[in-house]
Amino acid sequence: MFPRPIEQSSAPVRYGYQAFLPVALILWLLPLLAIFLTSIRSAKDINSGNVFGWPSEFALIDNYTAVFTQSAAAQYMWNSVLITVPTVAISVALACLAGYALAIYKFRVALPLFFLFVAGNFIPFQILMVPVRDMSVQTGLYDTIAGQFLFHAAFQTGFCTLFMRNFIKALPFDLVESARIEGIAEWKIFWYVILPLVRPAIAALAVLIFTFVWNDFFWANVLTQGEAAKPITAGVRALNGQFVNNWHLVSAASLLAAIPPVACFFLMQKHFISGLTMGAVK
Amino acid sequence: MTHAVAPNSSVPDRPSWLKRNKLAVAPWIFLIPALIFFAIYVVIPIFQSLWLSLYEWNGLYTADGESTATWVGFQNYAKLWDDPNFWTSLRNNLAWLILYMLAVPLGLFIALFLNQTVTGMRFYKSMFFFPFVISQVVVGLIFGWFYNPDFGVVGTVWKAMFCEETVNILGNATFTCARPVPDILSSPEWATYGIIAAGLWPQIAYCMILYLTGLNNVSADQIEAARLDGAKGWKMLWYVVVPQLKPATFIAIVVTVIGALRSFDMIAIMTQGGPFGSTNVLSHYMYEVAISEYGERYGYGSSVATVLFGIMLIFISYFLWQMYQDEKGLR
Repeated sequence: MFPRPIEQSSAPVRYGYQAFLPVALILWLLPLLAIFLTSIRSAKDINSGNVFGWPSEFALIDNYTAVFTQSAAAQYMWNSVLITVPTVAISVALACLAGYALAIYKFRVALPLFFLFVAGNFIPFQILMVPVRDMSVQTGLYDTIAGQFLFHAAFQTGFCTLFMRNFIKALPFDLVESARIEGIAEWKIFWYVILPLVRPAIAALAVLIFTFVWNDFFWANVLTQGEAAKPITAGVRALNGQFVNNWHLVSAASLLAAIPPVACFFLMQKHFISGLTMGAVK
Repeated sequence: MTHAVAPNSSVPDRPSWLKRNKLAVAPWIFLIPALIFFAIYVVIPIFQSLWLSLYEWNGLYTADGESTATWVGFQNYAKLWDDPNFWTSLRNNLAWLILYMLAVPLGLFIALFLNQTVTGMRFYKSMFFFPFVISQVVVGLIFGWFYNPDFGVVGTVWKAMFCEETVNILGNATFTCARPVPDILSSPEWATYGIIAAGLWPQIAYCMILYLTGLNNVSADQIEAARLDGAKGWKMLWYVVVPQLKPATFIAIVVTVIGALRSFDMIAIMTQGGPFGSTNVLSHYMYEVAISEYGERYGYGSSVATVLFGIMLIFISYFLWQMYQDEKGLR
């Protein structure tokens, strides 16, 4: 193990390390703590300039309720759910199929196609922006929930296929071969042999894509206009304009927007991390 | 279905074309849904954008559905060459790329700091990772507020250090400062660096988690052997540990480069490219040009996007080449 385990060091170093950990953590999360403190302040504190010191009174429930009652935050949150959930379902499903094809079959264009998905995943959004926006306007998908999740699903299919293909490639190929010798149909091999084995990959992709798409801001701006289809990230910016100088409400709204991905991360940490490392770092 | 094919038909058993070519056809059936979807939303739009960059178009159609785009050839690129905002954006992209790279060593540094097994370590590791999970919009808002000279953390700390508070008869506090409080996001020289610093926060967390996972896999035997040979500290890190972290480093560099060139959210939230366009990067400038309040300029926007795409393509080709080498190695 590197660095040398702290248990092997002298007592002062050990205690010093243990004592320094929380300090380091607080420093690291200082911006977040500051905004959390702001989100539970009362308007009185904000107006009197007490924005950094200890709150004179706690208005946690008041502020968070105010966000919901005085703005369209609830609508935005719900829109985000309606956009992310179908995105996850579609992109992971497509990637299971495509990843299986690219990992199991040996055909000439398998690797070029795989690289196409990989490359597509790295391109700048801006190169897609005008055509996708124009297409959405033409097909009536502009400013709708479906317009957003269809795009996200297609785009995220690139990353999901990359991950899925590598995951399936790492499975023992004998499984497929012996099933073929038994005369099992190809789709049955996929369904009964491979699919049960890729469940961890599905979980990893699901949490990761959920987070990516939940946090999307660019496409929310490109593909929506009004409140009806705006997700929470774009909503928070709209609130920022609406709640000028009501920093306590803006902070509360921002933190609310962060809760679902954070919860997702803490609940499925292991999967989340394996997804982030793209399966390359085990 | 009433017609059933008799299993023992008189025709000699010659399997159907489909049966014979099962292994050649099957992959395409699995691939087609993803390919169609990906082609419609990703592959084809890339070419449309490249093509559109040779046109001038405000996004409108005539009554009978014809696009009003007019061919201008390379004029958009010529205009770009003379556009000071374009060059500012490009320079800022470069600053992002270079400074964002700090996330890789800093992530490694924090990972090394946290790679211990004291009680509660899991909690610390996940809390250190926290910034990456929250949306960049939220990070941008947090830092915008953090930097605020009047009531942000930076302003407050500065006042505590360099300012004297005087309270007038009416009870209003005013500050007299030895040095004026810096307004980072309103300063054309510093705003970009302020945003990059904010962007580094989640990116360091990402690199840290990659390295923490990588450190788990570092061979204990090699470390012990190197220790017996008297290696320690920096030497051990550089010659024994870092080489073993190569896969983690590769992914960290990939995601950091892509992240730097894709930076959009924070700029849009913190400065919207201002003051005076000084914090623009190509991704944000493209958006600003293409969808602005002064009317849509899809053609010009597409030419900015094409330049950004070209830059990304250099990196993407390098990454793919690396991956191709690995693939060859696997065979």
